[in-house]
Amino acid sequence: MALSEKEIEHVAILARLEISAAEKTRFGKELGQILDYVEKIKGLDTSRVDPTASVLGDEDVFREDAVRLFPGAAALLDNAPDKEGPFFKVKKVVE
Amino acid sequence: MSPEIFETVIGLEVHIQLGTESKLFCACSARSFGAAANSNVCPVCTGQPGALPALNRRAVQLAIRAALALDCRVAPRSVFARKNYFYPDLPKGYQISQFEHPYGLGGALEIEADGRVKKINLERIHMEEDAGKLMHDIGGEKLDGSLVDLNRAGVPLIEIVSKPDLGAPAEAYQYLTTLKTVLQYVEVSKCDMEKGEMRCDANVSLRPKENHGGRLGVKVEVKNLNSFKAVQSALEYEIERQAKVLGSGGRVAQETRLWDADLRQTRCMRSKEEAHDYRYFPEPDLPPLAISAKWVEEVRAELPELPQARRRRLREEYGLSAYDIGVLTAQRALADYFERGMRSQTPPPSAKLLSNWITTELLGRLNAGNLEVAQSPVSTENLAALTALIENGSISGKMAKEVFGRMWSTGRAAGDIVAEAGLSQVSDDGLLRQWIETAIRENEKAAADVRGGKTRAVAAIVGAVMRESRGKANPAKVNQLILEILK
Repeated sequence: MALSEKEIEHVAILARLEISAAEKTRFGKELGQILDYVEKIKGLDTSRVDPTASVLGDEDVFREDAVRLFPGAAALLDNAPDKEGPFFKVKKVVE
Repeated sequence: MSPEIFETVIGLEVHIQLGTESKLFCACSARSFGAAANSNVCPVCTGQPGALPALNRRAVQLAIRAALALDCRVAPRSVFARKNYFYPDLPKGYQISQFEHPYGLGGALEIEADGRVKKINLERIHMEEDAGKLMHDIGGEKLDGSLVDLNRAGVPLIEIVSKPDLGAPAEAYQYLTTLKTVLQYVEVSKCDMEKGEMRCDANVSLRPKENHGGRLGVKVEVKNLNSFKAVQSALEYEIERQAKVLGSGGRVAQETRLWDADLRQTRCMRSKEEAHDYRYFPEPDLPPLAISAKWVEEVRAELPELPQARRRRLREEYGLSAYDIGVLTAQRALADYFERGMRSQTPPPSAKLLSNWITTELLGRLNAGNLEVAQSPVSTENLAALTALIENGSISGKMAKEVFGRMWSTGRAAGDIVAEAGLSQVSDDGLLRQWIETAIRENEKAAADVRGGKTRAVAAIVGAVMRESRGKANPAKVNQLILEILK
């Protein structure tokens, strides 16, 4: 079943996407199809299957607690769209 | 309706920075407080494409330690999750946290409230990474954009979520104080609020007393609580505000409010309708975290004595007052200092005397100099030796203060200073008698009074001896000798 225009608008806001009216209809239909497929999968009997949180396997992989400063910190700043002094600069956000 | 008909329900969410050297998922320093902005960043914590997180073993170990200290069950398997939202303090567009399967479940903390012990149950503890810091103005000057410092991004945190078991702002204050002491004791964190190592959000709601135990009222989340005092004041304000709303027949809106410490009031930050929908899902870049029972037991074996048990033991072992015990155990280092001092002398010094010197002279100077116990120029062995000199009458309490002053400035042992400065109290009969005879000649009236039975007049003669000896005479001995001579 297609997602409502309101649901699509909500998801678009969360994902910071601007979409046109035509796209709202199209995405509603496409996402609806994907969710219908998920519904179909949900019909399978998984009572004897452990929930999969990861496909990496259950082995713990740790890093020891040692500091190694990254030598290219300044380059990371230079790659930013905007900066001011030692800071990354972004559009004004006030919460 | 008056506020008395409502009962208060408070739950706290406390973020604690784990005391690691490096960040949670990368090798940048976790201790960059005061460092130049963005000097402590790498591809992982700035969210560069393709960079992958690698979990810090020590962070997990400290997290387990915190859980055990709080009587919390460590889950054998927990899952990191992505909490998605867009805000520039979070360069990846999501925070790595734990959601459905946190590593710590349940637990409790006992606090003292109104002179009785109250158990505050915990909901959960989970691990997560910290976000960066935003600046909107510099020194009051508004900027045309916001500035981002990512030094803090990726620093390891645990979030400790209490059940809504707190019934008053004062209990919230006690809970935070107790929590801080416990976590400092087990060396999970220094919990320095000024450095952001301990942060608190509060949830508060009211319900009519007649509904006790029933459905909770609509809750408000209060943020921006930068001190324990702020938590208490903000809660007091918020309770009064909600009582007014409910009392006049209104409804409390479910919202997040900010505490403004200058105006001393809370104001709406965002309502539930605008609240973020975080779309959590399991972090695909990290495997589920398996914590074996063996690892948990290893961490448990290293756990030091917790503050509550230590308070009890100090009372039983040394017979100290509740006040002294409270001061000594507020910091583990101070209690350690005291106990090491007790063990350093044979026979051990008077516990009461050593404790007094620690809680007054030593703490006074440490606080004045803004020093940690570990930085004290006077070692515990030396302080204990000083109290032993007072006890055996070698020096008077007054001299001891002078000796302590020199110990503080030079770091030397009490005995050396006393011997070198000739400060040692004189108890030698011969010398004392000489001084006393001089003093009697110069105070004939007082001497006559003492002979006539007015023993209180002896004070004048003792005073003269003390002046003559420049404070070195043992006053008790002098007193006794004068009475003998003038009998």
